[in-house]
Amino acid sequence: MIKIKNLHATIDGKEILKGLNLEVKAGEVHAIMGPNGAGKSTLASVLAGREEYEVTEGTVEFDGKNLLELDTEDRAREGLFLAFQYPIEIPGVSNVNFLRTALNEIREYKGEEQISAKDFMALVREKSALVELDAKLASRAVNEGFSGGEKKRNEIFQMAMLEPKLAILDETDSGLDIDALRIVAKGVNTLKSSENATIVITHYQRLLDYIIPDFVHVLYDGKIVKTGTKDLALELEERGYDWIKAEVEAK
Amino acid sequence: MGYTENELAKDLENQEYKFGFVTDIESDKAPIGLDESIIRFISNKKEEPEWLLEYRLKAFEIWKSMTEPSWAQVKYVQPDFQAITYYSAPKQSKKYESWDDVDPEMKATMAKLGISMEEQKRLTGVAVDFVMDSVSVATSFKSKLKELGIIFCSFSEAVQEFPELVRKHMGTVVPMTDNFYAALNAAVFTDGSFCYIPKGVRCPMELSTYFRINEGGTGQFERTLVVADEGSYVSYLEGCTAPQRDENQLHAAVVELIALEDAEIKYSTVQNWYPGDKEGKGGIYNFVTKRGICERNAKISWTQVETGSAVTWKYPSCILKGDNSIGEFYSVAVTNNFQQADTGTKMIHLGKNTKSTIISKGISAGKSQNSYRGLVQIHKGAENARNFSQCDSLLMGDTCGAHTFPYIECKNSSAKIEHEATTSKIGEDQIFYCLQRGISEEKAISLIVNGYCKEVLNQLPMEFAVEAQKLLAISLEGSVG
Ligand SMILES: Nc1ncnc2c1ncn2[C@@H]1O[C@H](COP(=O)(O)OP(=O)(O)OP(=O)(O)O)[C@@H](O)[C@H]1O
Ligand SMILES: [Mg+2]
Repeated sequence: MIKIKNLHATIDGKEILKGLNLEVKAGEVHAIMGPNGAGKSTLASVLAGREEYEVTEGTVEFDGKNLLELDTEDRAREGLFLAFQYPIEIPGVSNVNFLRTALNEIREYKGEEQISAKDFMALVREKSALVELDAKLASRAVNEGFSGGEKKRNEIFQMAMLEPKLAILDETDSGLDIDALRIVAKGVNTLKSSENATIVITHYQRLLDYIIPDFVHVLYDGKIVKTGTKDLALELEERGYDWIKAEVEAK
Repeated sequence: MGYTENELAKDLENQEYKFGFVTDIESDKAPIGLDESIIRFISNKKEEPEWLLEYRLKAFEIWKSMTEPSWAQVKYVQPDFQAITYYSAPKQSKKYESWDDVDPEMKATMAKLGISMEEQKRLTGVAVDFVMDSVSVATSFKSKLKELGIIFCSFSEAVQEFPELVRKHMGTVVPMTDNFYAALNAAVFTDGSFCYIPKGVRCPMELSTYFRINEGGTGQFERTLVVADEGSYVSYLEGCTAPQRDENQLHAAVVELIALEDAEIKYSTVQNWYPGDKEGKGGIYNFVTKRGICERNAKISWTQVETGSAVTWKYPSCILKGDNSIGEFYSVAVTNNFQQADTGTKMIHLGKNTKSTIISKGISAGKSQNSYRGLVQIHKGAENARNFSQCDSLLMGDTCGAHTFPYIECKNSSAKIEHEATTSKIGEDQIFYCLQRGISEEKAISLIVNGYCKEVLNQLPMEFAVEAQKLLAISLEGSVG
């Protein structure tokens, strides 16, 4: 699905990603953990194609294509989805209008027909039910005045609507109450198939009780420094990151 | 690929005016310049009654003693009033008996404007009074309106056929002494629209006029007079375009609305006069006086989407004379490149329990300047008057300017006045968010801008709202790809 090799990226001349390697195959769920400021959101932004970041070295192959050569919107149209750590408000633009525009742009890119109003509304109903999103939120302006938790749930709703190949969830669990966490996890698990993959960025192993990862990685100082299974998350929860830092420095 | 504020600003500079074609129709013109003889020429051409000629001549005397206003936040070279042709009429004939008689060239023009008459007649039930240069060339749906006693015709026709009505109301809301451009208009106006809705009648369709400046070097001075008799309702639409030319053209219109007791007038404008090229050359000077008066329980709403003109100077206003009367002003003003707009409204509260609402959305891009200027005036007798004003500015890039000048004069302590103002930028975050969902930059900007203007666009009738959205997209789209 995605193959990241020796990725280096800078912002305002400062190097944040320092030779990151990661491979995610179709059907897999990967969790990325790591201390604040390690570069987790940076990785998500660089993959999504955020303009401010400059890739100075390395390659990223996404579904057989050179990801770094694609425009931001084309990466999305190829099936890369980012659930934002801090979702953006777009006043006056309804969620449904926003999603219909997105969906049709993606369809056009793939040479498919525009979705009919009827099919679209059916899709909205189906997917909002899946993430138990209040119908009112679907028709309200994108994230405007949403509570923190509602914004996160709206990201998952959008993901469900757009059905990406690779979804990167950047701390989607933070700010969610227990019920919402379960609902979001249910959404992710329902959408999971052998054709798609998920990268979950999180600080809490709690989420991983619901979304069982195939691999857990530790991102520290711009690199993946340790990879394990779900047990690694438990260990991190118990011991913190100091021992990882010590290990890295010892090398 | 991606997007920064500055790149957007650059993209926006490359906008071309999409209605910049010239229709090749022979026209019947007045000699260049302005003096008494020109006024007599116009009046004579239009076979006007004596009182109207006198009205014009009086206005001309007043105009000569006036100077051009200079308080607005706009800079331009004063038009040379002696270099303008004050009358230009398409030549072939004076009147069109039926739609079939209309010149094919002219029909083509209308088609290019996206308002094919056939289409409009068939699909929307909109009655259109199309003003090309100075003579109204086609009026449809007349008979249907006639049944209801509604008069909707060109101003000149009204002068011929309903002289008492015209004489009674003309100049009562915007007197010839009002300002420099109103005086000029009163002296040299050529045509425009007239509309009368009888007592208790609800006009069943949107009345629509398209203004378009065609001839080079002509000024367009139309006059519109809408009278809604007691308890009546009308929604009136006005759309404007002009071909692309290097020289500046002057447009100085006067619009008067009269809403008698319990009447309601909704007046919507979509204006996309040619704004000049990206170096700031050419474009329309749009100096317009628009005002309405409300008697008891009457309501006037002005809605405008202004995307065009090189310089705009325009303050659709309401005189809330009758008790319980309501005035509303909803505006979107877009400026790009070197455009300058100084626009807003005046709400004059005279009656008790009068209410006014002002929603103004300014969008500035390129090197443009966009000002909101508003006056809320509460007179002594206006017990319990209420006003709510909201003025928002959206900036694209960092070479444009947005200014707000809200004036409040309150002489009655029972008044409640609220004012809110915000300034924002289209965020790179917002654009990135849209791109990440697969939405192109161009569509993203259009989405965000339309969202920002939603409260105003919602006020427009359906067909017009769609057109306005497209116009906003055209005037702001980046030249992507
Ligand atoms: N414009 C910038 N200039 C310099 N440094 C920056 C800039 N933007 C971000 N950074 C730095 O990049 C580093 C990585 O940030 P990032 O948001 O990727 O961390 P993170 O791993 O997601 O952290 P968290 O767990 O807190 O979300 C941080 O140290 C941050 O301060
Ligand atoms: Mg982060």
